[in-house]
Amino acid sequence: MLLEPRKHTPLWMTISAPIIAVVIVLILCGGLIAWAGAPLLDSYIALFVGAFGSKFALAETFVRATPLILTGLAAAVAFRAKLWNIGGEGQLYMGALATTYFGTGLITLPPALMIPFLFIVGAIAGGLLLLVPALLKTRLKVDEVVTTLLLNFVVLLLANYLLFGPWKDPLAMGWPQGAPVIDEGILPNLVAKTRLHAGLIFSLVAALFIWLLMTKTKWGLEIRAVGNNQDAARFAGISINKTIIRTALISGGLAACAGVTEVAGTKEYLTLDISPGFGYTGIAVAMLAGLNPLAVIISALFIAGIFNGADSMSRAMDVSNYIADVITAASLLLVMLSVMLTRMRIRWN
Amino acid sequence: MEFFEMFLAVGFWSATIRMATPLIFGTLGELICERAGILNLGIEGIMTTGAMVAWMWVYQGGGLWEAVFVAAFFGMLFGYLHSIFSVYMGLSQHVTGIGITLLSTSLSYYAFRMLLPGVTTPPKITPFEEWPVPLLSDIPVIGEALFNQSPLTYVAFLSVLAVAYILYRTPLGLAVRMVGENPMAVEVQGIDVYKLRTGAVMVGSAFMAVGGAFFTISVFDAFYFDMINGRGWICVALVIFASWKPSKALFGALLFAAFDAIQIRVQQASVSFIPYQFYLMMPYIFSILALIIMSRKAAYPKALLVPFRRGQR
Repeated sequence: MLLEPRKHTPLWMTISAPIIAVVIVLILCGGLIAWAGAPLLDSYIALFVGAFGSKFALAETFVRATPLILTGLAAAVAFRAKLWNIGGEGQLYMGALATTYFGTGLITLPPALMIPFLFIVGAIAGGLLLLVPALLKTRLKVDEVVTTLLLNFVVLLLANYLLFGPWKDPLAMGWPQGAPVIDEGILPNLVAKTRLHAGLIFSLVAALFIWLLMTKTKWGLEIRAVGNNQDAARFAGISINKTIIRTALISGGLAACAGVTEVAGTKEYLTLDISPGFGYTGIAVAMLAGLNPLAVIISALFIAGIFNGADSMSRAMDVSNYIADVITAASLLLVMLSVMLTRMRIRWN
Repeated sequence: MEFFEMFLAVGFWSATIRMATPLIFGTLGELICERAGILNLGIEGIMTTGAMVAWMWVYQGGGLWEAVFVAAFFGMLFGYLHSIFSVYMGLSQHVTGIGITLLSTSLSYYAFRMLLPGVTTPPKITPFEEWPVPLLSDIPVIGEALFNQSPLTYVAFLSVLAVAYILYRTPLGLAVRMVGENPMAVEVQGIDVYKLRTGAVMVGSAFMAVGGAFFTISVFDAFYFDMINGRGWICVALVIFASWKPSKALFGALLFAAFDAIQIRVQQASVSFIPYQFYLMMPYIFSILALIIMSRKAAYPKALLVPFRRGQR
């Protein structure tokens, strides 16, 4: 078996490759649904209706996509520089912790200042968390994959301690949850009678901003150069370490903003299940989007739809909603493969 | 409890060896993969799968030893899947590994839910009992701790010897080490790099899955979600700590388990001012510290993370 580069990739191939991969995933996962004894077509219809079929479903999908866009952007930026940040989950919780610390009465500002303030302190907290592995990588050559992964568990235990201990809301009937975010810090609702909040607008603007950063600025060029070829980047006079640190602060900050949108928008207080793995799912979102910041929006909506649709499908059809996790993981792998096959062709011999 | 008396107690040492067992399996498995040049971040999910399928096999009426082989088989299956992406297609090993972890974990959870619908408290099985080794288990403290363990623990220790022997004393081991350093040199010898790496990843993944199975059919008697809880990632750190050497991997796993055993005892014994969550953080923080200490002189296999593409230099 030989892999040889294609000289030319037609546009239709670039666009259709991820779609074909996702269709194959849905066919394969059909086997799992059939195993559960549910009718295949009806199940997928239930999934689609649960994801996009009504105003309420659509709003819920957007609510779920909001943090996924942010963690997806975090992974996309970091992976461009080949900084393997798998710590989105921990950074998200740092953002959530910062929101709870500053947003529950410590400081009161008018909403126009309070909300940006929460995003800033959240982003700083997340950026600082990723700064540790980034500095260990640049100074001591410690592999960042393992350190970011391990820090996820440390931060979750820290949140666990705070919510069972000093930060526990005495009015929460014994549940481990933080005090509610003050009214000035709550992200305003966008559509009445749904949970859709302004966090969505923030994440869309963030995607646009990151796209501009990556394609139109010197920083973006440096980040991509470091990811493509470190030697060439160094030769061109780019400081590798500075670029990696900068990338880490941006990436960690973005993932942390997902924690801010969840605490100040979706839930309005901190709980331990505020993220069902948004940090890890963000990696799938970024890969599905081919690390393109604008495509992250579409892939986040797709994955959010799968999760919401699977929830309503599991209620209707007796199929475990873990099917959504299976579809996400399989899509991650197959899209990665299909994108590669647009650039390479396999020759069997 | 006096801190130093703890080290004289049999219970402490036998707990250390028991807790080291899954880490030994996982670290050996990861070590085999990395020696062949493939970082296998599927470890966390493959351990989860091993834990689930082994438990399910016994719960459905199968034997305990059969369950170990079932776990190993499923480990190899996901190892094969990993190598399609990482070895044959040469895709990013980081992302492939995370993908395999997400896929194997979610498939295991889905299968568990489908096979046991509506179960709230996890049902139990009868796990492995201790096998005291005659005579040796009568030696005070050391013998009592070391030779009064579950049979899988003996398998783990023997595996260290076997892996070390194969890696350093056989042509196969030489080829595996070589393919992690310089795959082109292996190809020149007429050995298929793809097949060799795939084989290493599959065998390594089998070890990981057996490590996971140890949780559900030896120490505990039930399968819980999030059971592995980052131990797979700790094994990845331990491989670096062990400088890719099986003997040091054994030492690292034991050291790590000893810290864990101390941590649990201090946590239980003292009227402590430190909340228990901070004790639970210790394994992860120790792993990071171990990485910091060892990384400076870490001698990575030269071709680790470098995809091999036939016909290209």
